Amino acid sequence: MTEIFDRFGKPLGGIFLGLALLWLAGMVLVPGVFMINASLRPHLPPPLRGGELDVYVLDNFAYLINHVNHGRIFFKTVWSSALVTLATLLLCYPIAFWLAKVARRWQVAVMLVLLLIPYLMNEVLRGLAWYIILAFSGPLNAILIGLGLMDEPVRWYGDGGVVAGMAYAYLLFMLFPIYNAISTLDRAQIDAARDLGASAWRIHRRVVLPHAKVGIATGCVFVFMMAAGSYVAPALLGAPGSRWFTQIVYEWFFEIGNWNRGAAYGVALMAMCLAVVLGLLALFRVNLASAVK
Amino acid sequence: MRFGATRAVKSLSLDVRQGEFFSILGPSGCGKTTLLRLISGFQQPTAGQVLINGTDMAGVPSNMRATAMIFQSLALFPFMRVWENIAFGLEARGVGTAERRREAERLLELIALPGYGNRMPGELSGGQRQRVAIARALAIQPQVLLLDEPLSALDLKLRQHMRAELRDLQKRTGVTFIYITHDQSEALAMSDRVAVMNAGQLQQVGSPQELYSHPATSFVAQFVGENNALMGTVTEVSGGTAVLEGPQGRFAGRAGPGLKPGAKARLYVRPEALSPSREIGENRLKLAIERFDFEGAFATAYAVLQGTGSPQRMSLTISQQGLSDAPAIGAPFTAGFSAEDAIVLSDD
Amino acid sequence: MTQTTTATATLDADLPPIIPARRLSHSGMGVLLGRLQPLAGRIYLLVFVLFLMSPLLILAAAAFNDSSFPTILPWQGSTIKWIVALFHDGEIGQALISSGIIAAGVIGLSLPVGTAAALVLTSLHGRTRGVVYALMVSPMLIPGIVIGISTLLFWRQVGVNGGYFLTILAQSSFIISFVMLMIVAQLQRFDRTMEEAALGLGASRLLVFRRILLPYLRPALLAACCIAFLQSFENYNTTLFVRGTETPLTIFIATKVRTGLTPVINALGLVMMVGTIIGAVMWEIARYRRAVRSAAI
Repeated sequence: MTEIFDRFGKPLGGIFLGLALLWLAGMVLVPGVFMINASLRPHLPPPLRGGELDVYVLDNFAYLINHVNHGRIFFKTVWSSALVTLATLLLCYPIAFWLAKVARRWQVAVMLVLLLIPYLMNEVLRGLAWYIILAFSGPLNAILIGLGLMDEPVRWYGDGGVVAGMAYAYLLFMLFPIYNAISTLDRAQIDAARDLGASAWRIHRRVVLPHAKVGIATGCVFVFMMAAGSYVAPALLGAPGSRWFTQIVYEWFFEIGNWNRGAAYGVALMAMCLAVVLGLLALFRVNLASAVK
Repeated sequence: MRFGATRAVKSLSLDVRQGEFFSILGPSGCGKTTLLRLISGFQQPTAGQVLINGTDMAGVPSNMRATAMIFQSLALFPFMRVWENIAFGLEARGVGTAERRREAERLLELIALPGYGNRMPGELSGGQRQRVAIARALAIQPQVLLLDEPLSALDLKLRQHMRAELRDLQKRTGVTFIYITHDQSEALAMSDRVAVMNAGQLQQVGSPQELYSHPATSFVAQFVGENNALMGTVTEVSGGTAVLEGPQGRFAGRAGPGLKPGAKARLYVRPEALSPSREIGENRLKLAIERFDFEGAFATAYAVLQGTGSPQRMSLTISQQGLSDAPAIGAPFTAGFSAEDAIVLSDD
Repeated sequence: MTQTTTATATLDADLPPIIPARRLSHSGMGVLLGRLQPLAGRIYLLVFVLFLMSPLLILAAAAFNDSSFPTILPWQGSTIKWIVALFHDGEIGQALISSGIIAAGVIGLSLPVGTAAALVLTSLHGRTRGVVYALMVSPMLIPGIVIGISTLLFWRQVGVNGGYFLTILAQSSFIISFVMLMIVAQLQRFDRTMEEAALGLGASRLLVFRRILLPYLRPALLAACCIAFLQSFENYNTTLFVRGTETPLTIFIATKVRTGLTPVINALGLVMMVGTIIGAVMWEIARYRRAVRSAAI
């Protein structure tokens, strides 16, 4: 701790330490504690706050578990987010490998530009594009019918549309970590494996995948987290029957006005995300510092 | 100063004279860099004091000391122009831009790089960067310039050239140089005086000549220049001469400091003091040459000591002219050396 | 890299196989698969690029459709009236200004704090560093809406309601993590002897920071500035909870989707896309040139 003062002197070191503390305590930890605190208290009209009814209870969480739909939606959100994660992983791995080890330099440059364009625009516009594509009288139905693959147009909005839109929206967050990881793999290792007679499949399973592990873990962590916490894609591409958990949280806050219950739902979402993040890191045997850097 | 449980530098006392080129020589890890960092103020001693011009430097931070350091990595500021690099110390002292620029140009003249002021450090060659680092240090007119193996990153030819240049710069500026190196030839070539260090301890301080011909410890005898060693026990010490008896025979040499009869000791004799053809001096060795390494002006002969159980090897320097009379490979011969050319130092 | 690849390829072709038996075992099915693999790869690449680009193309194309609702089917004739309308749309202008104010605030807050946090983190060692590191990256691993909720709940206690201030704070709380990581990456390559050299030349600690460390960090700070801007500008989830009555661009577009979308939004998307393409191409060209240059040296 004294190193910061040794290096920058008392005044400057103090400023740095102060700013860092201001952020961690004032902007991250304390608000988090307030949220957990609110989630454990009942929603009361202002005159009753601080009174004898204002005690710590688990009612808000019990409500989530006992509710006919909310628990189901919670697990659907988890399951669909996992699906989004898996879909982006399968989509991205071959491209990441191609970019890192096969493509020529100009091909990499062109591909990176193509990848960056949708991601430098905002998520809402990405969602909007899919909103247009998936419309009942939109291009996707028109093409599929035109190709003779379907007779009737399909209503794409709903869970399927949400997963497709999200897979598109978060693609880059899977692709870049894997690409970075495979880039550091020595080409000679692949050549050596091939020289020893390994098949393409075996080369990937035994040489490339283990090396790309950290990148895959990073990608999975971020894509899952963003999918589970997304509000835009379900709002744009969902159907009335396919609500996302985040939409329910929003309802508690701004439509029903029960912030305590909303806080509890938020805490549940956060706990689930942290559990999945830690679970994924343990599964891949990757530590946090190498996954997030 | 401590590193973990071991002290990097144990108690030592060292006086450096004003205006001299002083080297600290030792193998890597001997504590010489720590010593330099103590002088510069980047590290504080756990005990003891550093005096500059008689003033105790305790509590004086490095930016207030009259020292300037040249780092092994040079540590030029890559995003500043050469002249800004050189004038950085003046900038820190609040000197105006025009004055800084003038001073930088003057120093660029001194290091024979006029007109290079607007380049970036990355555009210079290794030797040029070296000189800029020196100019940057000289700009603050330090009383002591501390150099931490600044030549180690250069290739051999450039290194030899820079030795002469450093030596010349030191003489012209009159600044005290404290130069750290693990390369004994560098230290011997440049310095007025050299301090030899090993394992955090000071072994000997002296002129290059003194270190070479009058090593005070076994470590100095082995570390500075080539040396042949013969092991044994001291049987008598009288009048500055010691007699050593060992499995290879009985030899006489100058007595090293603190040598007492009965002590385990080694006799050191330089390869050039061993004469293969003539039996000079009072000591005799029966040898047979194994091979010659031809090195231009002279050759080194590697020979095995004959008639003893252990295969002890010795090296002899043979001049170009002497090569034709040299014994043939494998043929036994007697070599001699005088007690005056050998020194007996106790083992420890 | 390319040269190495070709060299390997020619070697393979010229030299007789060392272990013919093993190579032979790949004949038949193996050869067929070997032929098919590049073709399948190319098709996959094509489909991927199509998947990547078609939503953008459709989004952009709809901006030119003379239809009151953004779509490309049915095509009711080409028009540039939506693009013209974009530049006269006061609401969008307002939303852009709102987003700009927030982004400026976020940059102003997260760059100094992120740098300070990076310097604090790199001065720590061992277990402490691990714990602080986990704390510092945690905002990136928590869903955006949770950050919005906690900020909203905390500041309500102090009597501060949603608005610019809370939006800047909430967005910054995780954008600082990104800035911190970028600065740490740059700091790890920093040669600390440069600081010692400057100190040894008589510089004060403040001057060392201003003249040595800060210029060294400049490229990372610039990159962090871009990332902070993009993250703030495109943020929706966190902003949704703390915006109060402000309507930054993302909120505006999402609201429009529900309350009556017109192709003006597509025109906006088109303009942003063009801007992005120009920026990305310039950035890539610079990167490509640097890569070629460094490969040449």
